[in-house]
Amino acid sequence: MKAVCWHGTNQVNVETVPDPKILNPRDAIVKITSTAICGSDLHLYDGFNPTMKQGDILGHEFMGEIVELGSAVRNKQIGDRVVVPFTISCGSCFFCSRDLWSLCDNSNPNAWMVEQVMGHSPSGLFGYSHLTGGYAGGQAEYARVPFADVGLFKVPDELTDEQLLFLTDIFPTGYMAAENCNIQPGDTVAVWGCGPVGQFAIRSAYLLGAERVIAIDRVPERLQMAQAGGAETLNYDETEVGEALNEMTGGRGPDSVMDAVGMEAHGAGLEGFYDKAMQAVRMETDRPTVLRQAIVACRKGGTVSVPGVYTGFVDKIPMGAFMNKGLTMKTGQTHVHRYLKPLTERIQKGEIDPSFLITHRLPLEEAPHAYEIFKHKRDSCVKVVLKP
Amino acid sequence: MEENLSNQQNSAADNSNQASVGEQERLGSLIAGGAMVLMGLQQRSLRGVLMSLAGGGLAYHGMAGKKSWKDAVQGKLESATGMGQSIRVERTVTIQNQSPETLYQFWRNLENLPTVMKHLQSVTVTSPTRSHWVANLPVGDAIEWDAEIIADQENRLISWASVEAADVENSGFVRFQPSSHNRGTEVKVVMEYNPPAGIVGATFAKLFGESPDQQIADGLRHFKMLMEAGEIATTEGQPHGQR
Ligand SMILES: NC(=O)c1ccc[n+]([C@@H]2O[C@H](COP(=O)([O-])OP(=O)(O)OC[C@H]3O[C@@H](n4cnc5c(N)ncnc54)[C@H](O)[C@@H]3O)[C@@H](O)[C@H]2O)c1
Ligand SMILES: [Zn+2]
Ligand SMILES: [Zn+2]
Repeated sequence: MKAVCWHGTNQVNVETVPDPKILNPRDAIVKITSTAICGSDLHLYDGFNPTMKQGDILGHEFMGEIVELGSAVRNKQIGDRVVVPFTISCGSCFFCSRDLWSLCDNSNPNAWMVEQVMGHSPSGLFGYSHLTGGYAGGQAEYARVPFADVGLFKVPDELTDEQLLFLTDIFPTGYMAAENCNIQPGDTVAVWGCGPVGQFAIRSAYLLGAERVIAIDRVPERLQMAQAGGAETLNYDETEVGEALNEMTGGRGPDSVMDAVGMEAHGAGLEGFYDKAMQAVRMETDRPTVLRQAIVACRKGGTVSVPGVYTGFVDKIPMGAFMNKGLTMKTGQTHVHRYLKPLTERIQKGEIDPSFLITHRLPLEEAPHAYEIFKHKRDSCVKVVLKP
Repeated sequence: MEENLSNQQNSAADNSNQASVGEQERLGSLIAGGAMVLMGLQQRSLRGVLMSLAGGGLAYHGMAGKKSWKDAVQGKLESATGMGQSIRVERTVTIQNQSPETLYQFWRNLENLPTVMKHLQSVTVTSPTRSHWVANLPVGDAIEWDAEIIADQENRLISWASVEAADVENSGFVRFQPSSHNRGTEVKVVMEYNPPAGIVGATFAKLFGESPDQQIADGLRHFKMLMEAGEIATTEGQPHGQR
């Protein structure tokens, strides 16, 4: 089959590789009909994960049709049309049974690696380095899906791939990030980052009853898309974000703040230079520009929601502000399984149509080009869907 | 003099054999309790403690046999140079939705262990208490030894030790204990290895391909995966591009 393989910083190739096989009784093989590139893939593309290996198959946002089932999968059938959550979860451990799917105990074969750094390991993830299991990803023609009985979600026929695909990650991610904001009537939510995750976060915050959403980025078409979703916007290249947020909220600050940017946040001026230098000499692995701003901007007693991905260490977190303002932080890889049914229903009811996000539809073969335009936000690219 | 040195060589085992009733209770509750076992054992040998708690009913040539004066001097030298030190491992996992009974049953059939302990090639039960173990080494031949079950408390604890002349003398126990508030069953493994004289920890780890600590941790994780999820997560055999 054809698959998108990682070959170092800024280097992906479409290669012919062997077809995946059933390896465990609860596996299934899915023939992929649609697959996307995520902002998380850019962290790998940018070379920020030292546990990537040459030839690793990328991709964790994919859907398709079941073509083969392991002997222990009884609740699915060959031919079922399914979406695949990017988190791999067993369905029976302490965490899965408490709806904390991305914390599954039993899906990361390389848990020991993570434990060295983090103490305990989160779940395995598709196509996301050997730290999270080294599972072959879904930017390919076929993928093996472990724990298919709980992992695969059958989708309604009347909805299109483009409406359903983002159930695999970014729609639930934006939604969970908004839920984590603990939105109360009258609340204002500030969202840093108007990438795909930010876009869904904005819309989810409204679905969950926010009165106002203020979105921050500097890419014009992304800011426009945020406005189309009902947000007021701030361009951080033109505005001092903290001051503006304060003025827009009567001096109180937003009730909750969201970092939908993560560890590669773009930093301006001296602070940005400092983080780039620190990252270059590996004194710091992640650049927490947005996290710093968000903590300082948040109103007292408010919530900091962090869907943006961090993998290592950050420097100069304003812990004094965080502690003395009595803030709460909520974060995590998304518990995708938890949201599949309720969010599919919202799509069916017409409360949201996730396909608004797609700016590019390309054949799988054009993945190298797709990574380039998505990374550099060229050609007004916000989200690419690849067709195998 | 000879008696004296010999005692030091075997001090841990002898001490625990001679332990007072109060001491026996302390060691017993350490092994049955929720604390870090190895911290509580400190200078004692695990083997000695397990033997003494089992009531000393088993004849152990390796332990009880008289050491020569030469052996004793060698022992002193080793401890002075930090050589021949024992390697100790303690690891615990919690397993959901499985009773201590089920987990104990899996473990009590020692022949099941290679399914979860990937460094083991095979375990063959040769009598109700004896078994023959074969472990893979990353280089060279496999190593083999015989082990004897020292204590077997149904659904609670199994302890064992290699019998005399094992290349790598080892002993340990596995304990199954329901955790409070229905958090599942806690499974604790404590192991002690006494590598051949002259082989220190790091070399020993190389010999095994991964550290004994890692081996036990992986084994327990696989055990948990098998019991909770019905299979052991793997990516072996999946496709990839050019490496
Ligand atoms: N928690 C999860 O489970 C989960 C799931 C998916 C993605 N993510 C993470 O969410 C983050 C966003 O993903 P995405 O797909 O939207 O990525 P993306 O790279 O397309 O979007 C990031 C956006 O942030 C903007 N940005 C950069 N620096 C900024 C700054 N200083 N202030 C404001 N905006 C800034 C960029 O212009 C860009 O539009 C990534 O870190 C990704 O890894 C997390
Ligand atoms: Zn993603
Ligand atoms: Zn689980």
